[in-house]
Amino acid sequence: MAPSLEAPEAVQDVLANPLREKPNLVAPEPEHCPGPESEKAGVADSCAGCPNQKICAAAPKGPDPDIPLINARLAGIKHKILVLSGKGGVGKSTFTSLLAHAFATNPETMVGVMDTDICGPSIPKMLGVESETIHVSNAGWSPAWAMDNLAVMSIQFMLPNRDDAIIWRGPKKNGLIKQFLKDVEWGELDFLLVDTPPGTSDEHLSVNTFLKGSGIDGAVMITTPQEVALLDVRKEIDFCRKAGIRVLGIVENMSAFVCPKCTHTSEIFQATTGGGRALAAEMGIPFLGSVPLDPRIGMACDYGESFFDSFPDSPACKALRGVVRGLASQVNLDPNDIMPDA
Amino acid sequence: MSLSKVKHIVLVLSGKGGVGKSSVTTQLALSLSLAGHSVGVLDVDLTGPSIPRMFAIEDAKVTQAPGGWLPITVHEADASAGIGSLRVMSLGFLLPRRGDAVVWRGPKKTAMVRQFLNDVFWEETDYLLIDTPPGTSDEHISLAETLLQKARPDQLAGAVVVTTPQAVATADVRKELNFCAKTGIRVLGVVENMCGFVCPNCSECTNIFMSGGGEVMANDFGVLFLGRVPIDPQFLVLIETGKRPRYPEGTSVNGQDISTPANAVPENHEIRDSALLVRKYQDCSLTPIFAKITTDVISAVRQRNVV
Repeated sequence: MAPSLEAPEAVQDVLANPLREKPNLVAPEPEHCPGPESEKAGVADSCAGCPNQKICAAAPKGPDPDIPLINARLAGIKHKILVLSGKGGVGKSTFTSLLAHAFATNPETMVGVMDTDICGPSIPKMLGVESETIHVSNAGWSPAWAMDNLAVMSIQFMLPNRDDAIIWRGPKKNGLIKQFLKDVEWGELDFLLVDTPPGTSDEHLSVNTFLKGSGIDGAVMITTPQEVALLDVRKEIDFCRKAGIRVLGIVENMSAFVCPKCTHTSEIFQATTGGGRALAAEMGIPFLGSVPLDPRIGMACDYGESFFDSFPDSPACKALRGVVRGLASQVNLDPNDIMPDA
Repeated sequence: MSLSKVKHIVLVLSGKGGVGKSSVTTQLALSLSLAGHSVGVLDVDLTGPSIPRMFAIEDAKVTQAPGGWLPITVHEADASAGIGSLRVMSLGFLLPRRGDAVVWRGPKKTAMVRQFLNDVFWEETDYLLIDTPPGTSDEHISLAETLLQKARPDQLAGAVVVTTPQAVATADVRKELNFCAKTGIRVLGVVENMCGFVCPNCSECTNIFMSGGGEVMANDFGVLFLGRVPIDPQFLVLIETGKRPRYPEGTSVNGQDISTPANAVPENHEIRDSALLVRKYQDCSLTPIFAKITTDVISAVRQRNVV
């Protein structure tokens, strides 16, 4: 058989039934087929005599029964923000942890961080809670607490050894993400930040499905300036459009590097096509700012410290404050409450 | 299986995204080609394919032959110059528009990876490099399964694992090394990428993402450390714009002066700019570093075949 790419299901189909397998049909769908994933599959009038009838009738139907439970569990969360990027290593986790620290500077604000990167969880290390484990009570799983008002959930807490590989296929990853939302005792939170792996696949689809019911404020898109990265981020924005997730804005990370010796500015990842700003303009999305490449951010992440506390006067910190303020106003909050102008 | 004419299959893996898997794959491919080997590159990063952009062949379209796909030729072999042929296959070529999201669930990705391994016709190829997405999930499981089942034992040479030096990255890459151990894929070696950036103004080297983390990890796992690769913005410029790398006078990498000679052909010279990527890459400061890494990879591959 000649290979073809035309076979993949339409994106809308995947988004409508993200966690369900298309039933393995034994014959082509007949003319008046109600659709193998629909409520009437296998029982409609036109199904009589179709060789697929039994298969379709046996396939699970209707919305996921766990979604009402998830909605109830997340009812106490005011804002849910996703951190996305099509490209890996652009700083999604770094930005998520910086954002968490920024929101958590106000001791009254309760912040939660959920790490949905199953195969490469970085959040626990960056927030300094790598060695925590999950406690289970009858109310649910308790998240780890990086600060008094900063709760963290990641698969890293469930591993017997730190370096264990999590060799999981899609459905298993979806199951865990569901548990993170259904079984974790998040409580009353002002913000739930969801860190994601790169790409547009299982994790993203399930986060979208499970959170849709209780409402997602939107997604922050992280990119680096070079076109190789923008290429993948463009795909991610396309995904958000199709899934109906609002893009709150684009953050350009690692935009310039200032030599600590001669203060010469180098564009390590050259924005040959205009970088994040041009992409934001092209897509009609707010541009939240560029954050320069500062080796101390990486160092703060390796040691699990807050960059805001350690180097409050650095240019990178100033840029980040601007980004956080911009983001706050995108979710209709007063920037001065979240990040007062220092 | 259409891999029957491939001599050695080398996977390029990393648990972490954005550490330079695709650029290491690209440079390994160019270096192997410069060493006279015929090279194939297969990009199985389905939701974020970068390889077409790396080789500046984004507009190429795949030709369909009866029963399979033909890879895109970046350049043919040139025996007189000692350059081997270079062919590329990526999902990126099959997408109708470059900005379109490929929203695929696991099973679909698995099927696609199998199809890529089974239905692409590789000619006589010495080395097939497989560029992967980050992680240890569907694509990797399917790759390992299919290759371990279908490839001849002498074909699957092993994996080159890429990392950056900082602890956050090595933490993820350690998981990838465990993945290799569990699935029985041999690790040919570890490359530490983005190790240090040399300021083009004052030649001060700053370790943006720290330094040495990859070597420590390689020692911990008892695998070969292939070397450190600094950040070279000129390489990125070469990839992004096709401009030949140029260095100001006095630039040196590992003690070797690599500054562009004053009598070099002036910039924007049309004939030079339209030269093959592999030719322009010869002027890049990273070329000698990758030449060494490539030699080490080749000898690691050979070692296995002797045993």
